[in-house]
Amino acid sequence: MTFLYAAYAATWAIHIAYLITLVRRYSRLKLAVDELNKRKR
Amino acid sequence: MKKAFPILGLLTAALLSFALYEALVVAPREQTMGDVQRIFYYHVPSAWTAFLLFAINFLASVQYLVRPRPQADKIANWIVIALGALTSIGAYVVRPLPQNMYPSSVVTTGVAIVGLYFLIKKYFSEQETDILALTTAEVGVVFCTVVLVTGPLWARPVWGIWWTWDVRLTSTLVLWLIYVSYLMLRRFSTSGQTPVLAAALAVFGALDVPLVYFSIWFFRTQHPQPVIGGGGSIDPRMLHVLLINWLAFLCFAFLVCWSRYRLEQLQREVEETQALEALLEPRSTVR
Repeated sequence: MTFLYAAYAATWAIHIAYLITLVRRYSRLKLAVDELNKRKR
Repeated sequence: MKKAFPILGLLTAALLSFALYEALVVAPREQTMGDVQRIFYYHVPSAWTAFLLFAINFLASVQYLVRPRPQADKIANWIVIALGALTSIGAYVVRPLPQNMYPSSVVTTGVAIVGLYFLIKKYFSEQETDILALTTAEVGVVFCTVVLVTGPLWARPVWGIWWTWDVRLTSTLVLWLIYVSYLMLRRFSTSGQTPVLAAALAVFGALDVPLVYFSIWFFRTQHPQPVIGGGGSIDPRMLHVLLINWLAFLCFAFLVCWSRYRLEQLQREVEETQALEALLEPRSTVR
């Protein structure tokens, strides 16, 4: 059962790690958009 | 579309939870391997999803390469149609089919690939095919990583080893390396030709997908033989759980691709605006 749980946990760890990178990229992009908006004003 | 995303996200989360319950509780216990066989419900759907994403990456890359040249575009259309027709005819003529597959599963695959090619052609512009290729390669690599991690976790208790340089395993590792190099090329190359180079790499990289899939037929391998599509047999309850898990992972992959695609679109828009501003800035200083 250890290997089974390890495999399932590893799968979700990989997917969650990728989702975290996406969220971080979104927040960096949001900062860039905010800066552009500030400059326009 | 913005409203649909959270609804689809909730539905996918519910489906993934249900699929997990089915895999751990409902699916019957395999007699020889025991509970460790249940890794199969994550390993196989992840592999199929990765193959599908790499196939979309291949079709989008071909589109990106041929779209600016009308002559090449026409030729590519005819090649795709001819390949679809040949696959469908070949499925009923060639005997025996690789892995004793059912002709119907070969025809379905052929028709699906032709359909996908023309769907991409209809709904995606030249620039969008490039974004689609990047998106599917990135998410495909994530799913391929899952395959490469869950495989050894199954192999250790069943084979007694984590890894062997078997053709199926090695070709999957090579496939992963090809797409990682594709992503590195896109990330670090500063040349204006990067999308074209990446598309060319993707076209050659995709050739490894059929090699991975058919390696168990071409070579003697330690990897288990396929259990559906005509190659072997599987308990109908196990097949049901396997297909539910695949559907759940397909929905999840679709949502992740959607988010990544949108992120890339916005990123490019921001970069364009920043470049325009940089061009205009010196003039305002002179004034």
